[in-house]
Amino acid sequence: MLLEIKNIDVLYDDFQVIWDVSLNVQPGEMVALLGPNGSGKSTILNTISNLINNRKGEIYFNDQLISNQPTFTRTGMGISHVLERRRVFPHLTVLQNLLLGAWHEKAKAERSESLSRIYGLFPKLEARSDQLAHTMSGGEQQMLAIARGLMGLPRLLMVDEPFLGLSPMVVKDLIVIFRNIVDEGISILFVEQNVRLALSMADRGYVLESGRLVIAGHSKDLVDNETVKKVFLGN
Amino acid sequence: MSFEIIAQAIVSGLMTGLIYALIAAGLSLIFGLMNIVNFAHGEHLMVSMFASFWLWALLGLDPVFSIPITILLMALCGVLTHYFLIRFILKAKMLIQICATFGLSIFIRALAQFLWTPDFRNVDQPLLEGRIEIANVFIGQPQFFASLVCLAAFVMLYLFVTRTETGLALQATAQDREAAEILGIPSNKMFAIGWGIGLGCVGVAGGMMTNYFFIFTDVGVNFALFAFVAVALGGFGSIIGCLYAGIIIGLVESLGGLLIDPSFKLLYVFAIYLLVVIYKPQGLFGRY
Repeated sequence: MLLEIKNIDVLYDDFQVIWDVSLNVQPGEMVALLGPNGSGKSTILNTISNLINNRKGEIYFNDQLISNQPTFTRTGMGISHVLERRRVFPHLTVLQNLLLGAWHEKAKAERSESLSRIYGLFPKLEARSDQLAHTMSGGEQQMLAIARGLMGLPRLLMVDEPFLGLSPMVVKDLIVIFRNIVDEGISILFVEQNVRLALSMADRGYVLESGRLVIAGHSKDLVDNETVKKVFLGN
Repeated sequence: MSFEIIAQAIVSGLMTGLIYALIAAGLSLIFGLMNIVNFAHGEHLMVSMFASFWLWALLGLDPVFSIPITILLMALCGVLTHYFLIRFILKAKMLIQICATFGLSIFIRALAQFLWTPDFRNVDQPLLEGRIEIANVFIGQPQFFASLVCLAAFVMLYLFVTRTETGLALQATAQDREAAEILGIPSNKMFAIGWGIGLGCVGVAGGMMTNYFFIFTDVGVNFALFAFVAVALGGFGSIIGCLYAGIIIGLVESLGGLLIDPSFKLLYVFAIYLLVVIYKPQGLFGRY
């Protein structure tokens, strides 16, 4: 088991937003975290990264308990997190953004190899390496954010709403890129609202509603599931 | 009014401007990094001048030679300030942050008055003394070297922030703390580095000013005010903006004093501040 979350509850101050959620990700697997707006999908990713630390329950990575390790230790363990709304460094160049992705020692040592590998995956980024990140389009910024995450040589890549606000063309490109990443042996855990799209890509899915896990399973079993439809269409 | 007098005013404006620029850069670095305004910046300048003074008075070290020690002491002071105070108010409301650093300024000043009395002191017979004359323009030697050293420190600061990996990490933390943290850059360490460098800048300026300026417990007040004006004029968080703004302020101060009336020197500077706030609130090089 690469990532395992056991019975987590998450609170914002005194307000509980996640109730007893457990999930896991296997090596080389693409897993979708689904749910309507405000169901707590991003909160789960942020809890794994320890950006939110008001929590009960345990998080294991590679069979090691990591719940209490601070956020900055995650990349060194092999977890990269692409935050919601890309969050590239707006006033740094594409290349600088990418170099910052390889901050821990091991990633730094292999920085030039990673860079050429990533330019292979995202040729556009190489052409724009000296451009300031905020001058790029949303799709390009999303590519940059994912590429920056990959620079840390993750074993698990967590991506929050990768397709938000992107044109259908860019979405198509990203889907191919996700496939390529998984084929390299990197697991992906991503958050998405578009159920059909997410399930067409992912091996498995978890569906959240109001902070509780409603149903989980293989994508093909979830596509036409009545419970899933009910969560997204309302009762 | 002769050409020489105007040239004289321009030269001295430039020289003080470079010192303002470095002091402002320290303030701007800290603000840009963590959105906290160091209201104790002037007191830190005062402390650095006293450090330099006592190194001279007790150990006989000329301020020029004690500069590295003064920088190190101030950098340490910055790291400690972060560790014992700022660390705890990072997520606090803005008013609390203001009160914390403003309170620190009162604390430092009161402590200095208690320890050293509010007397005015100065360094007798420093290494840098007297003035040189170039084409009828007199340049005070200590002022001249102070501005050169400050300019050199400014250039080094700029290269550090823009060309080194740690500088890059500082910029990343300044632009998006969470995103940097997620990539493995510990923001607390970056903040401590930022405070160390920010007050290190003040150490350079204070140490060099000890050569020719009176040392007393309220010495930092005006410099801090000018530093705030410089940061607002240059653009919040912009280091290069501080250089231009510092020079502009130095020139306005000395030329305004010469051409209009020297007793209103401060007024001209704050008039600029008001104009900037009204017409270009993001400053010359500001991003916000």
